[in-house]
Amino acid sequence: MRVALQVTCVNDAMFPDTGKAVVRLLRRLGVDVDFPRAQTCCGQPMVNTGYLDEAVPVVRTFVDAFAGYDAIVTPSGSCAGSARHQHSIVAERSGDAVLQAAVAETGPRTYELSEFLVDVLGVTDVGAYFPHRVTYHPTCHSLRMLGVGDRPQRLLEAVRGLTLVDLPHATECCGFGGTFALKNADTSVAMGADKARHVRDTGAEVLVAGDNSCLMHIGGMLSRQRAGVRVMHLAEILASTEETEGESDGPVVGERAGDLA
Amino acid sequence: MSGTFVGMPAFPTAARAALGNTQLRRNLAHATHTIRDKRAQVVGEVEEWEALRLAGAGVKEAALRDLATHLETLEESLIRAGAVVHWARDAEEACEIVAQVAKSHQVDEVVKVKSMATLEIGLNDHLEREGIAAWETDLAELIVQLGDDLPSHILVPAIHRNRAEIREIFRTRMAASGRPAPDDLSDDPAALAGAAREHMREKFLRAKVAVSGANFAVADTGTLVVVESEGNGRMCLTLPEVLISVVGIEKVVATWSDLDPMLRLLPRSSTGERMNPYTSTWSGVHPGDGPQEVHVVLLDNGRTRALADDVGRQALRCIRCSACLNVCPVYERTGGHAYGSVYPGPIGAILNPLLKGVSDEQTASLPYASSLCGACFEVCPVRIDIPSVLVDQRAAVVDSHRDDRRPKAEAVAMKAAAWAFSDSRRLAWAERASGLAGRVMSRFSRTTLPGGRAAAGRLPGPAAGWTGARDLPAPPEESFRAWWDRTDGGQFGEGR
Repeated sequence: MRVALQVTCVNDAMFPDTGKAVVRLLRRLGVDVDFPRAQTCCGQPMVNTGYLDEAVPVVRTFVDAFAGYDAIVTPSGSCAGSARHQHSIVAERSGDAVLQAAVAETGPRTYELSEFLVDVLGVTDVGAYFPHRVTYHPTCHSLRMLGVGDRPQRLLEAVRGLTLVDLPHATECCGFGGTFALKNADTSVAMGADKARHVRDTGAEVLVAGDNSCLMHIGGMLSRQRAGVRVMHLAEILASTEETEGESDGPVVGERAGDLA
Repeated sequence: MSGTFVGMPAFPTAARAALGNTQLRRNLAHATHTIRDKRAQVVGEVEEWEALRLAGAGVKEAALRDLATHLETLEESLIRAGAVVHWARDAEEACEIVAQVAKSHQVDEVVKVKSMATLEIGLNDHLEREGIAAWETDLAELIVQLGDDLPSHILVPAIHRNRAEIREIFRTRMAASGRPAPDDLSDDPAALAGAAREHMREKFLRAKVAVSGANFAVADTGTLVVVESEGNGRMCLTLPEVLISVVGIEKVVATWSDLDPMLRLLPRSSTGERMNPYTSTWSGVHPGDGPQEVHVVLLDNGRTRALADDVGRQALRCIRCSACLNVCPVYERTGGHAYGSVYPGPIGAILNPLLKGVSDEQTASLPYASSLCGACFEVCPVRIDIPSVLVDQRAAVVDSHRDDRRPKAEAVAMKAAAWAFSDSRRLAWAERASGLAGRVMSRFSRTTLPGGRAAAGRLPGPAAGWTGARDLPAPPEESFRAWWDRTDGGQFGEGR
């Protein structure tokens, strides 16, 4: 099986550790994952803001980059949803029959990470170790657009040392919503404030989700509040082992300020 | 007298003001969560709910697919049953028809059943200009009317009011339009309802003309259906001599049996009840029983415009249950007034642009008043894919500005992003630039995010909308792509 990582533009540019975690995790599970260098973005920022013409060349780049792979794995519910549900809209808009045929190939082969692990690889215990109190936020697109259901929770429950606590009002949107966070910043922040409050109420040390864009929003609020809660992508927790845990005195997988200076 | 939505600012501005209204926030959070939970419970009881949704969507879709035929059948059936049928292209025509009928009976007042169509066309204000008082008889609609207020919810238009406010409105305003509230009126819900009942009863008994809408119009039998909870509708539909019903053309269903799924879907989705309390159906005129003169005004007012939209036409399936409002995280926080229309919430965010077009700034802001979380689609009893229509309407807004001589900053940014995302080498170059910026930001950063990353600090321009309330990690020095190249996909070097 030829497996490609669609790292997503947000992870590529802002959260490379999530991409590295997916690579480490999949290799540990025996998957020789490839990173097609021609990939860029799924086109969702354009589509969701209404710029369909602008999305056409981006979707074209996507299907060219991932042509020929049996599975395209992405650590994002939102980007998987974009490939599966929005690319056909963009392709239709383009009037290009070749593009329409291409998205019909790549769309169904695109899997969100938890779907790929549970449905394609058939594993829930990925051999991870993460001795921390964690709460899980099901992001809207993974929950309602893809229907990942309880796959992420099943994966987390199998992680050694991890305590998973329920997030109150978990299925309510955090308020990120892509350009919504900027175009309707006040409403977005009002929604995020409630989500952050629910996260704090759990007493968890780490908030985990399958989309770094939502986590950037909730985590940004928690950080501003000095709430003492960090956010981590599901992939980073699943990639953690006894060895990586020993390298730091907290749940730190990413670059620290000191590394950058 | 009522307020007006005319001149409302675009959604982000109106929302900002509403978000600062603490009473509104508290009332709405409480009310929406209560109805939301009630709906979830009674919907959960129905094992075949999904099949029922499909049936409901199917009934409406079939009616819309052949709308002209069904409307002609409806007209014939109504006329055969003794009703007078009028066709109204827009709000002005519909209001004028109602006013003419009322004036032909020399009345200076009409009683009204709660109706979204008459709110949509601004009928009360029109009648007032013609010297005719239109009395709302639904309890919440009465609260809105007495308070010179605007509706903020489709089902419970006074959802933004709490009982202390309602008591105050009744005490100070009832006397001006009829029987005053009792001096010792408390804010106990039963006492408030009692005062409203006393106040309205004399209006029911006095009125010669009633105005209603309809939840459904059955083509083959010429039957109109009104679904309500208080019995006020039944009073209006049976007591007066003349009944005028303003009915949107999308309310038509083909046959009587089509009502079956609809009347099962509506109460559970709307009020969270298993069955609707008062369901009135009538077909034209019956000698000696009920109104002896029955008018039906079939209203377009943008509906054929919506029908012509391939993606958006599904919005015409809407049965005005307001389940989408009650689950919407945006509506829950901003309330309905911020949408600047009698149709607020997710359905309003698609219905308004579909009915009116997106040429005015206020309407054009509505498709963006959503985080696209999809909760609305999940609860919609007729399976309107609201998120997809929202995105499609956003495209309509963007397309309407494609010929602007000076493109918006957003359009320039999107074109630039599309250019960068069309070739991975361009993206890699942009990431190197952002990595350099991140390096500088990290060095000067005074904030560390939990977990150890440096924050980017407060950013200028549109990004200030982000950093005003949320910390943002400084971009990493090395992108994933650069790491992959440097370590050959983690095979050597810092592979981990």
